[in-house]
Amino acid sequence: MTKLIDMSIATALDHLEKGTFSSRELTECYLAAIEHGGSLNAFVTATPEKALEMADAADAARKSGDAGPMCGIPLAIKDLFCTDGVKTTASSRILGEFEPAYESTVTANLWRDGAVLLGKTSLDEFAMGSSNENSYFGPVENPWRAADGASRVPGGSSGGSAAAVAANLAAGATGTDTGGSIRQPASFSGIVGMKPTYGRCSRWGTIAFASSLDQAGPLTKTVEDAAIMLGSMAGFDPMDSTSIDRPVPDYRAALTGDVKGLKIGIPKEYRLDNAPAEILNLWDQGAQWLADAGAELVDISLPHTSYALPTYYIVAPAEASSNLARYDGVRYGIREAGDDLIDMYENTRAAGFGAEVRRRILIGTYVLSAGYYDAYYLKAQKVRTLIAQDFDSAFQDVDLVLTPTAPSDAFVAGAKSNDPIEMYLNDVFTVPASLAGLPGISVPSALSDEGLPLGLQLIGRPFDEETVLRAGQVLESAAEFTHRPTEWWKENA
Amino acid sequence: MSKLIPGATGDWEVVIGLEVHAQVTSNAKLFSGASTAFGAEPNTQVSLVDAAMPGMLPVINQTCVEQAVRTGLALEAEINLYSVFDRKNYFYPDLPQGYQISQFKQPIVGEGVITLDLPEGETKDVGIERLHLEQDAGKSMHDQHPNFTYVDLNRSGVALMEIVSRPDMRSAEEAGAYVRKLRTILRYIGTCDGNMEQGSMRADVNVSVRKPGDPLGTRCEIKNVNSIRFVQQAIEYEARRQIEVIEDGGVIEQQTRLFDVAKGVTRSMRSKEEAHDYRYFPDPDLLPLEFTAEWVDEVKASLPELPDAKKNRLMADFGLSVYDAGILVAEPETAAYFETAAEGRDAKQAANWIITNLFAALNEQGKSIIDSPVSAAQLGQLLDLIADDTISGRIAKDVFEVMIETGDDPAKIVEEKGLKQITDTGAIEAAVDDVIAGNPEQVAQYAGGENPKVIGWFVGQVMKATQGKANPGQVNTLLKEKLGG
Repeated sequence: MTKLIDMSIATALDHLEKGTFSSRELTECYLAAIEHGGSLNAFVTATPEKALEMADAADAARKSGDAGPMCGIPLAIKDLFCTDGVKTTASSRILGEFEPAYESTVTANLWRDGAVLLGKTSLDEFAMGSSNENSYFGPVENPWRAADGASRVPGGSSGGSAAAVAANLAAGATGTDTGGSIRQPASFSGIVGMKPTYGRCSRWGTIAFASSLDQAGPLTKTVEDAAIMLGSMAGFDPMDSTSIDRPVPDYRAALTGDVKGLKIGIPKEYRLDNAPAEILNLWDQGAQWLADAGAELVDISLPHTSYALPTYYIVAPAEASSNLARYDGVRYGIREAGDDLIDMYENTRAAGFGAEVRRRILIGTYVLSAGYYDAYYLKAQKVRTLIAQDFDSAFQDVDLVLTPTAPSDAFVAGAKSNDPIEMYLNDVFTVPASLAGLPGISVPSALSDEGLPLGLQLIGRPFDEETVLRAGQVLESAAEFTHRPTEWWKENA
Repeated sequence: MSKLIPGATGDWEVVIGLEVHAQVTSNAKLFSGASTAFGAEPNTQVSLVDAAMPGMLPVINQTCVEQAVRTGLALEAEINLYSVFDRKNYFYPDLPQGYQISQFKQPIVGEGVITLDLPEGETKDVGIERLHLEQDAGKSMHDQHPNFTYVDLNRSGVALMEIVSRPDMRSAEEAGAYVRKLRTILRYIGTCDGNMEQGSMRADVNVSVRKPGDPLGTRCEIKNVNSIRFVQQAIEYEARRQIEVIEDGGVIEQQTRLFDVAKGVTRSMRSKEEAHDYRYFPDPDLLPLEFTAEWVDEVKASLPELPDAKKNRLMADFGLSVYDAGILVAEPETAAYFETAAEGRDAKQAANWIITNLFAALNEQGKSIIDSPVSAAQLGQLLDLIADDTISGRIAKDVFEVMIETGDDPAKIVEEKGLKQITDTGAIEAAVDDVIAGNPEQVAQYAGGENPKVIGWFVGQVMKATQGKANPGQVNTLLKEKLGG
């Protein structure tokens, strides 16, 4: 039998049901793995005691016939989801020792279905970043290393969650995706990452970055696991006004393996001139895999694609500048004393926020300022509408859009830290779907020339996660991505 | 009545516009389920949303939306079926989110009108520019500790309607009449209790001055004035101040000012240059507010009779004067009291009793009509006792005094105190005979015709002898007979 921690959620569920092992045993294996994986720095907080308690409860529930769809599955939770009684940091210094007295809807849904909390994973501070280097608790390392052995970033902002799943420190993990923060780290880490339609998962209790874009989703080892986990995370929540009241389908049942007759759009605007050949080749290969499975390839145009990134970097910082105003040293988190109120605010926020967060607050404040609002924010909102319309009209002709997930494989730590624009370009393929609120999945599809994972992205119609997952699984099967990183971190343990 | 203010260089006209913040009557806050009750211990009515805990999201309170629409309809205003909540961003310790959720470009209610009731039965229309919904902030308490400011978040997130008038008012009295009338309307429809002492209504007062016929002058905004009297005092002071500045060769700077209640003056709070840049933008946590014209019609159908309509009806149906009708409709409870007391009776008499006797008694006891010891039904019973000659109008006043003291029914008081009017001719005749027999001098005066008015004196004596219970009409008739009139 494969090692317990190597198993997919689906396989583990089968075994738990058969009684091959208990959730407690499975959880203990993951806790040991977390202990040995310390040098990855994937977790901000591990919760071993709580994990074992929840595992025991899951085992008891299963025994009494009350097993939910995720019963006994140990998960890592991005430290952006508030967890009742468990320190929640957003990887920022500013929240200090903040312990929420409430549970986010998404995590509450997972616990309702029997999942087990292993701990809280690191992220780019307040989910702002593409490398997980912007964490107050230090950078997260990608379990994958190239032949030269240099440390690679796991992507971001859900880098801790991606690294945890890729290194088998958790059966699955939650992430949040604002402009690619689930899909890009999934691509960098050789795992599956899914951002559902905006409004599919509740945002209640998840620390906000950019409210009109933030969406929770799963990071998993397989597409099937993504389907299982999303089924538990999703659902209408009256506490979130942007949550959509429609039933959650049986995503797992949608995985028929059949994509015959599906029309797959290949958008010409994503064929960037300076994109590495290996990325473009993989894209062609992915299209061919789907065609071989009976899908029809259609060349499409999404004419406003090149405006997506600048639009995103106006809208998201604008919302962030307002969302982060509540971290003011008055009610919770750290407070740095000052000579007067303004001084206290300035000291607290200067000490509490890292450089990237401060940069985005400044950008956001600027684009909303009197005299600049129309030129930046209002214009960006109009372009956002055009980008959404691009997809609307494309989806008249096709069922899905296939693109690369990221323009490169995982880069070397520190390589882009001094060039924010270069860093922002990581999101070039993921941001358009975020702006349009569409579901997207990244499926690990190949290794780069350097031996690092590369993902392909499928984007679907609003609330058509089923088709996205179905075609994603077909890609997954065709790609036969069974590579594993060498477990260097265990030697350091 | 001249509204112009004389200055050294001639007459000046003051131009006033008001922004009234009216707390929406609702059990829960605008975007959270926390209670809105007044007077609770600090920070006991604060939800996670009101304290802006990480990850919390606002959810609109349907009741507050309906209250705003009711108010818009009562102001004869345009109801916008599509409106947007925006964030108004600024830092302050009693503003936990770092922004106030308000409505900026697309408010829920557009243009409307309020008809002011001025002295001498005059009226004047004042335009309403807009009404929007917004959250209240918490309260900073600077007097609790020598080094710290404490914050009470009970008010944080409470729903306010900001009602913005056109600059249509031309005197402090008109501004006072505006606030009074607005308060009356809000109380009628139950969308705000209008309680200015508890902060349920506050006004920002915009004042400018100009020579009649000139374009509008530069305005100053006096923030957060919390009584009608202070609104008027602030305007009087501010208009004089501006006139003096201009007449001394200065210019008015656009400013935000505060009214110092103790000194009766306005003071500069911040200049235009220091004004905040609020960086308004649509709140991405909330969807646009949308409802149907049919729903607005339903809300409209549920509105009670409004004060102007009621006043006209009281004048038409009961023949009341514009003055009496105006007083009776000022509070919905007074109007309801009147209508109950007047139902099927002499309405004019009922109005007089309420305006003269009841108001005086309530005033003395410091009570409002809601906790009046005499119910409208009881006052009606008293009027009935007068009408059917059970008691005289004079005795009725005595009975009313006892009613105010005890809250008893008038019939019971009359019975217990034996105040029933004596209509038994024999008993009255005996009293008349006694008085005539005992006062020959006055009898002579009457008979000699030198003082015919002495008959009034005789009536008084007989009433005195019967403790006021004799029917005055009968006494009069009998006296004239006996004295040989």
